[in-house]
Amino acid sequence: MVDFAGWELPVQYSAGPIQEHLAVRHAAGLFDIDHMGQFSLNGADAEAFLAFVQVADVAAMGVMDARYSLLTYGDGTIVDDIFLYRLPERWLIAVNAANRDKDFAWLSAHLDDFDVTLVDISDSLYMMALQGPLAESILQPLVAADLSALAARRALEAPIGDVHALIGRTGYSGEDGFELYLHADRAVETWNAVLQAGRDQGLLPCGLAARDSLRFEACMSLYGHEIDATTSPLEARLGFAIHWEHDFIGRTALLKTKLEGPARRLVGFEMLDRAVPREHYPITLDGAPIGYVTSGMKSPSLDHFLGMGYVPAALSAIGAEFDIIVREQPKRAKVVKRPFYKPRYK
Amino acid sequence: MTDYKLDESVKYAKSHEWVRIENGVAVIGISDAAQDMLSDVVYVELPKVGATVKAGQEVAVVESVKAAEDIVSPVSGTVVEVNGALEATPEHLNEAPYEAWLFKIEPSDALNAELGSLMSPADYDKFVEESGS
Repeated sequence: MVDFAGWELPVQYSAGPIQEHLAVRHAAGLFDIDHMGQFSLNGADAEAFLAFVQVADVAAMGVMDARYSLLTYGDGTIVDDIFLYRLPERWLIAVNAANRDKDFAWLSAHLDDFDVTLVDISDSLYMMALQGPLAESILQPLVAADLSALAARRALEAPIGDVHALIGRTGYSGEDGFELYLHADRAVETWNAVLQAGRDQGLLPCGLAARDSLRFEACMSLYGHEIDATTSPLEARLGFAIHWEHDFIGRTALLKTKLEGPARRLVGFEMLDRAVPREHYPITLDGAPIGYVTSGMKSPSLDHFLGMGYVPAALSAIGAEFDIIVREQPKRAKVVKRPFYKPRYK
Repeated sequence: MTDYKLDESVKYAKSHEWVRIENGVAVIGISDAAQDMLSDVVYVELPKVGATVKAGQEVAVVESVKAAEDIVSPVSGTVVEVNGALEATPEHLNEAPYEAWLFKIEPSDALNAELGSLMSPADYDKFVEESGS
C-alpha cells in the first residue's frame, strides 16, 4: 500500500501490475478509485458558472453527457483536469485526489454573483472503474438498464443489484468500460458483486501501477506528471478539450499561445537504446539539455521502452532523435506517433 | 510483507542480494523478498565480464514497473560471467529468484571475511520482518 494524497491505495494486487494491465487490455479490470474527488453543482446559473471556470462547451452537453475538461488559471496553466457529467438538475465534477481541496477553493473563489450551490460530496460518494473489452458483458447481468445502448461519454442512473448508481461509459485506460458512482456505505458489497460477476471472464482487481501503465500507453496526461500549474494545455496537446468560442478563465492567454505556437511540446518517444526512461530524467541533444521525461516505462502491451516528455517544439516532429540521460549515460530515443496504444472505445 | 522463500544454500546482504559459492566462484542474485518488493522486473543492466569489483560497490541495475534498484556486489573480485539471458527474460527474476543469478565473481582473498559479514537465511528472515517492508 502507498500513501497517495492521504489515501492508502494498493499499487498492485496479487497478480502483479503486468498481468493486471493485460487483463484490462484483453478481458477486464476493476479499479478502486475512491480517492478521486467529486463535487456537486446546481442552481440557476450552474451552466454559466461552469462555462466560465472550465474549457469545454458545456452548453452543447445534453443531460447524461460526460466530457473531459480542464480548469485553467488566468495565465492559461492548468489547475486540474476533470470529468464533467450533466445530470438532471445538477452537474457532477470528478477531480484528481491530490487537487481536491485546491480545486474546491479555486471554484469557490469564483462563485461571485452566480446563483449556484457547490458541494464537495467526495466523502459520501464511492467511485470505482470497470475497464476492458468484457466490461459490458460482466456488468450487464447486475444492471436492469440496457448497457449496450449506452454510448461512450454517456451516463445513466440505474441500480447495480439494489444499490443506486451513476454509470458512466468513461474511463482512463484506453479501453471500453464504465466508471461507477454509488453511496460509500454500499462500496464493499458492490465491489465484491462486480468482482464475482467477472470471475469466470478473467476480471482482475487492479492497482495504481496498472492504472498508470494503461493511461500511459493511451498517452493520457496525469496531473503532477504531464500537466500541472506550470504547463499549458496546448503544449500538453490537450487543445482538443478547449472550446474557443466561449469566455473562460485563461482564454486570452491561451489564444495568444495558440497564435504563436507553444515553445515546447509533449512528445511520445521510443528508446532506440535499451533503457527505461523515468520521470525527471533529462533529455539532451548533443550534450545540451533540451527537456525532461514526464513518464516512462516498458510498455506491457507493446513490449517497448517508451516515454513521454517535453522538448522544444522545433524538435518535436515524429522521427526526431535525442538522448535520455539514464544514470549519467545518454541513451538514444526517437519521437513516435502518439498515442502508443490506440484507444478502443465503444 | 507477503510470504517469501528463503534458500538454505545462500547468504544474504542487507541490500537483499544473495551469494552462493559454487566451485569456488561467488554467484550473485536477488532474494525472493526483494523481487516481491520490486514487483514485475522489466529491465536488467549487468556488469562487464573482466571488471574488478569491491564488496559494497554498485555493479548492476534491476528495474521493475515501480523502481530502479542498484545491485551491490556483496563480495570483492573479478566478474567472470554474467547472465545475459536475463536481458531478454527479466521476468525470470520474479519467477525463480534463486535460479536467476545476475553475475559470477572470482573472489579475492577477502572472501571469507566478506561472507562472515553476510546473513544466514534465518537472520535474513528476521531482518526482513524487522525492517517491516
